[in-house]
Amino acid sequence: MHTNIDKRRIVRIEETISETPTVKTLVFKDDLSYTAKPGQFLMIWIPRIEEIPMSVMINSKDGYAAVTIRKSGIGSTALFNRKKGDLIGLRGPYGNKFVLKKSYQNILIIGGGTGLVPLLRLASYACKKKIKATIVLGARTKREVFFEKIARKITEKSDSTFLVCTDDGSYGIKGTTVSMMSSLIRENIFDCVFTCGPELMMKGVVGLATENSIPVQASLERYMKCGIGICGSCCLDSLLVCQDGTVFNGRQLSKILDFGISYRDKDGQKINYA
Amino acid sequence: MNTNDKNHNLSVELGKIHLRNPTMLASGILGISQSIFERLYHENIGGIVTKSISVNPMKGYPNPTVIPLGGGSYLNAVGLSNPGVNAFSKELSQNKTIPIIISLVGSSEKEFSKMVKIFDTLNILGYEINLSCPHVSKMGMEVGDDPEAVNKIVKTVRMNTTNPISVKVGVGSIDVVELARVALDAGANMITAINTLRAMSIDVETMMPILSNRIGGLSGNAIKPIGIRCVYEISKKLEAPVIGCGGVSSWKDVIEYMIAGASAVQIGSVLGSTGPRIFNQITKELKNYVEKKGLRNISEIIGIAHKY
Repeated sequence: MHTNIDKRRIVRIEETISETPTVKTLVFKDDLSYTAKPGQFLMIWIPRIEEIPMSVMINSKDGYAAVTIRKSGIGSTALFNRKKGDLIGLRGPYGNKFVLKKSYQNILIIGGGTGLVPLLRLASYACKKKIKATIVLGARTKREVFFEKIARKITEKSDSTFLVCTDDGSYGIKGTTVSMMSSLIRENIFDCVFTCGPELMMKGVVGLATENSIPVQASLERYMKCGIGICGSCCLDSLLVCQDGTVFNGRQLSKILDFGISYRDKDGQKINYA
Repeated sequence: MNTNDKNHNLSVELGKIHLRNPTMLASGILGISQSIFERLYHENIGGIVTKSISVNPMKGYPNPTVIPLGGGSYLNAVGLSNPGVNAFSKELSQNKTIPIIISLVGSSEKEFSKMVKIFDTLNILGYEINLSCPHVSKMGMEVGDDPEAVNKIVKTVRMNTTNPISVKVGVGSIDVVELARVALDAGANMITAINTLRAMSIDVETMMPILSNRIGGLSGNAIKPIGIRCVYEISKKLEAPVIGCGGVSSWKDVIEYMIAGASAVQIGSVLGSTGPRIFNQITKELKNYVEKKGLRNISEIIGIAHKY
């Protein structure tokens, strides 16, 4: 039945943080978003333009949350262009969450770009629970590295570590997240790998974790109309990213034929990843 | 009838169509993926109506397209987004056993005949013609409000297929019973009633309509009494099987529609709060009701309200 998460809240953007020339974080006050679980998403209404699913970014202030947008389509560009004081609508948070089992002591977190959003929330929870987290942020090049400050802040008072790698070696360690993961799992024993980012990157991370019998969880992204299990736009085989996800484990992902292969367009046709 | 079916006392007949139970997926909900249809079948669904398919792919309207209004009611103007006849026939090409009814939408007879010729090669139970979508111009309700257009389209589909045809009617400017009569006279085998009702929602803070299309269709709890009334009137005055639709969220709603005269009942918006497992839950509860009432088959209750 109707729950209060479905109720649309109109919030004012209280702060904007420019992460890169094409990535921006918008901060707002909303209790439901503040307490969102890592992996959950909001449906963000940009009045008279679009409504798009966005993972919930953490913010240091009590009662506050944020979204981090990379401008690409009409909706994300419109949201990117919103300024301090502008109004946006929210419903949610929807979806399941990354699961931190009580037995976990040492976890590996691998994010690409804005995929780090749910992972920072996860890392923050993990550090509070005294779980050691190794966070790897991957980017193509130095200009695309962001969230470094917040990630360092999360990890500074724990024995967790934060590593940056770039494809071209212009910042941090040279290499992809998957090659970083490959060397990290040789030297450490991780209880679980958590990942979010471009789907082909996640496919690589999930594949490597599975080959090495390490439990893995990935938060997936799909085009959505409703966010609540009605429209079917976000289906991966028989699973719905909005209702059954966004987080899927390695066992589920090994059976999903669409994972890393295809997604559905606005008209519902299957499109292959290039 | 398959007597090995453990739910045999829930089975219903819609003319030539046999369903293992009266629960169906309403058109427009989750209706584009064969894998999802298989999952719904595992959840014990009786039959599945696909999203409305058009000749060409349609992207639909920009978001917001679906709004939860609270109280189990929803507003949508998706804009009939669908992958089009070619991609969708490929999607269903491996279907063997899933009981699928394809919903068709179009604006000319030619479009309908083209689609039926392609879909008739698949393993499907039949068609539902959507003549009642309330928010897309030159399609749906704009056709449904024109009895002559309804007559021509249904006749065209009839000429091109021997598969059963249901016509989905809504509450427009033509009396729903009259519209159903025109559809049946033109060769439809049954009627699905009702579609969503034209409706609107405005945000008071921004003072803006929420749906990108401004106006959409209301579904869920709010429309159930209207659906019950339409099913009652159509089934009382006309001979054909009626499929009830509108605001069904529990076994009680299914039973209420059947007592009003429905031979099967479609379920849609409630999936926004329950997910696909609602079908398994409802069929279990229907079975309990049938046993409690001492019925040999659930179809014994169809149209009992006509006596009063």
